[in-house]
Amino acid sequence: MSAGEESGIAGNGRGYLSERGWRSWAFTLDHKRIGAMYLWSTIVFFLLGGVFALLLRLELLSPQAKYFSNHAYNVFFTLHGAMMIFLFVIPAIPSGLGNFLIPLHLGAKDVAFPRLNLASYWIFAAGFLVIIGSLVAPMDTGWTFYTPYSAKTGAAVATLSLGVFLIGMSSILTGLNFIVTIHKLRAPGMTWHRLPLFIWSMYATSIIQVVATPVVGVTFLLLAAERLLGVGFFDPSKGGDPVLFQHFFWFYSHPVVYVMILPAMGIVSEVIPVFSRKPIFGYNAIAYSSLAIAFIGFLVWGHHMFTSGMSPLANTIFSFLTFFVAVPTAVKVFNWIATLYRGSITFESPMLYALTFIFLFIIGGLTGPFLGALATNVQLHDTYFVVAHFHYTMMGGTVMGFFAGLHYWFPKMTGRMLNEKVARVAWALVFLGFNLTFFTMFIAGTRGMPRRYAEYIPKFHTENVISTVGSAILALGILVMMWNFVQGLRKGAQAPSDPWRSLTLEWRAASPPETENFHEIPQVADWPYGYGTRKA
Amino acid sequence: MSEPAAEHHDPVVAFESAKLGLWTFLATEVLLFGALFTAYIVFRLKYPDLFHAEHGKLNRVLGAVNTVVLITSSLTVALGIDAVKKGKARLLPRYFGATILLAGVFLCVKYVEYTEKFHHGLFPSTNIFFSLYYMMTGIHGIHVLIGMGVLSYVVVLARRGRLSETYYTPAEMSGLYWHFVDLVWIYLFPLLYLIG
Repeated sequence: MSAGEESGIAGNGRGYLSERGWRSWAFTLDHKRIGAMYLWSTIVFFLLGGVFALLLRLELLSPQAKYFSNHAYNVFFTLHGAMMIFLFVIPAIPSGLGNFLIPLHLGAKDVAFPRLNLASYWIFAAGFLVIIGSLVAPMDTGWTFYTPYSAKTGAAVATLSLGVFLIGMSSILTGLNFIVTIHKLRAPGMTWHRLPLFIWSMYATSIIQVVATPVVGVTFLLLAAERLLGVGFFDPSKGGDPVLFQHFFWFYSHPVVYVMILPAMGIVSEVIPVFSRKPIFGYNAIAYSSLAIAFIGFLVWGHHMFTSGMSPLANTIFSFLTFFVAVPTAVKVFNWIATLYRGSITFESPMLYALTFIFLFIIGGLTGPFLGALATNVQLHDTYFVVAHFHYTMMGGTVMGFFAGLHYWFPKMTGRMLNEKVARVAWALVFLGFNLTFFTMFIAGTRGMPRRYAEYIPKFHTENVISTVGSAILALGILVMMWNFVQGLRKGAQAPSDPWRSLTLEWRAASPPETENFHEIPQVADWPYGYGTRKA
Repeated sequence: MSEPAAEHHDPVVAFESAKLGLWTFLATEVLLFGALFTAYIVFRLKYPDLFHAEHGKLNRVLGAVNTVVLITSSLTVALGIDAVKKGKARLLPRYFGATILLAGVFLCVKYVEYTEKFHHGLFPSTNIFFSLYYMMTGIHGIHVLIGMGVLSYVVVLARRGRLSETYYTPAEMSGLYWHFVDLVWIYLFPLLYLIG
């Protein structure tokens, strides 16, 4: 699907992009091309998922359902959630940017298993085709597939489950590939403590992908069996337990929010020192906090189920552990801010998005403990407060980090520079639109507006109007950004090999890099953050 | 496309990578079955009487036969890998062939068991115990099937003379996977057939 679009770009570039034709993409073993295919696919789903979000906002413009039925509303928010989560946020940075960057960062020619890497992409493609196929009877369960409703609804739950299973398999194989690559293919002299922080975050991410995904995979298989074979694990009328489904689901789906956020944190850790011209502050703290987040992230899934009827003891323990995750996360934020302190900061577009990440993520992060605490959770559970919190971390965090990465590595990936002025205009629109859309949801949530309904009582009208206007501005900003990418690809200025004066290894390769990355395998003698000290 | 050995110029790195990759993969498999075992524990604690009554309906003799069959198949895999390492790669198709044959026997026995259960009106939807029985043994059975495919691929490689005492990565990796599949059954057999 995307192969045709990409071959058009290949003509403009050199290096790994010089080969043309769809075969050179469909059968490529080059990690950079595979990464590019993931990026194209995931951006398409990001835009598609965004369209669904705009439809939801449109419907919420008025308290009464106006434009489409309540069932259509349920379908749209399920598709928005499922597409954004499974087809964009989870794969975009790890599989897209990660594939492109990990071997370059390590000074390697490719990932450890190039053919497995290509297979992962095609399994992913099969997964999204199945998911698109499931649209004949679109899902209306929310992206969480909760039983018993998901075992009964007339929607194509089994098909969608299969699609998500395939996406999960692709995710496992990619994570496995990265773990082995990071262990075995580092260039001479590239010790663990000289690794770029993006690699540390990708390593932690890969561990979560590998450990958590099998559980949700088998859970979706069981859900499909529930519908196809009449198995009753999650059906109380057959003696099953719906809460067991929730446990299995969140054992994956909570850790996976760190799959979503950790890679973005890695990008921010790369961008901040470059545009502050200062060595990163607290390298070890940032590196090990990634592993700590991955580890603690596995112990907190129960906080999604405080109102599902777990025992009070379990609730208390999960609540306590949830506060723990905040610690390594805060460690990162403090270190980024300490890196900024007295730096020679410049505000190029990657830096604008990286700073936006920090700003929005602090809001998203600090509203987390309100939900992690038992008492306030019961009040705020399933209100718009949760929606706001989630979007501040996922969109304000991950997506802003993704945008920072796209702007930062665009010259490396394409060999062309972006129009910086347009990029800043797009950023301003995104920033304004995002906050208008989602900050109002915090207010609506604390005032008691429940999530997931197509209608609401009139007292929330003002908040919803502001939010919908914000979503339009946000959409405009993203359109401008996409237009800028297209213009950059078509007629951007030739990029030098190191436009941002960065020190990580990918900037030693050509822009765009050759097929096997480096003319000779680089020798590494130092960490990559010596900004403002010697060379840079 | 390039052969696995050609993907990296250094064969030692390639072997080490494959090994780490496969162990990581087995960890994911442990978690996949881990969810099923968790479901088993949850429902066993909830319905001890049901489990006691239902487990007796399984055919212990056939289960035991299958256990012996799988353990033997693991032995022939190990012998095959040992033969390659000692420079007798031409013996591998025979040993691995025996494993594939035994795996086929295992699946046939499973087929007999399933049809027998169906005759007695015991389906995946009958009750939680049989839900667990069919899902656990079924997913395990799929693994056996995949294992047969992987082992056949290694046999083809050996026939084409691709394996030697210096390059036997595919044999070793497929063997590791097969031992895992065997091991899962070693747990399934007592949990489902024996403990009442």
